[in-house]
Amino acid sequence: MNVGDQAPTFSLPDTDGQEHGPDGVTVVVFTCNHCPYALGWHERLLQAARDYRQVTFLAVNPNDAERYPTDSYEAMKERVRSDGGWPHPYLRDESQEVARAYDAKTTPDVFVLDADFRLRYRGAPDSDHRDPEQNATWLRTALDAVLAGAEVAEPQTDPVGCSIKWK
Amino acid sequence: MKVELLWWEGCPSYPETLHDLERVLREEGVAADVDLVEVESDEQARSERFPGSPTVRLDGVDALPPSEAEPFSLTCRIYRLRDGRISATPDPEDLRDAVRRAK
Repeated sequence: MNVGDQAPTFSLPDTDGQEHGPDGVTVVVFTCNHCPYALGWHERLLQAARDYRQVTFLAVNPNDAERYPTDSYEAMKERVRSDGGWPHPYLRDESQEVARAYDAKTTPDVFVLDADFRLRYRGAPDSDHRDPEQNATWLRTALDAVLAGAEVAEPQTDPVGCSIKWK
Repeated sequence: MKVELLWWEGCPSYPETLHDLERVLREEGVAADVDLVEVESDEQARSERFPGSPTVRLDGVDALPPSEAEPFSLTCRIYRLRDGRISATPDPEDLRDAVRRAK
């Protein structure tokens, strides 16, 4: 999927079994439970979700749980429960169809969709998973542009993280 | 000293670890080449007792053994930097301490 393309819509279950999909301006983040990159960026992405209340944030875990049990649906539920809840849903992509439709590569891999579900940004949250001061600035810059009806100055960066664990 | 860096292509972190490791070895005066060992399958991960990428071994011993028993599989290792931050690569100073212990 290229920047400017229509993004596929979907409906996936969260850790309470409730279905969610893109709604208005939406951030879709493919992520997982065990990858150091996903974990390093996790708090920054949660904070972005808290700061952009008008945006739908969807975290999607597509990893093969048979080979990687720490990414099972049960493990996802336990993680959200032990964290005391997240500000956005954590969705299970058991069939991996959504990850394939988005051509997701890594965890994390960030997609920003405008209100018409056109892809406006794709890539990493910022330049360094180890540096909290980066504050997901690439994502935030893209969101600011989309919400202002402007072009995203840098609409694509290389996603950086662990490869998605395909079945 | 036998120095090995075991890696898996699903993690992009090994080139940085190789750079850090070679720098530490040079600074510590250890004249050893780093043997790069690519782990390509779950079977190889189990036979190599590979807890994830990157893994540095000094004389066959994990330089930074995981604190918990990790399953041997094709995965990315989670390291902690000395200030507690999560990292896909070991803290270079932890590598330095391991090299000093192994000398």
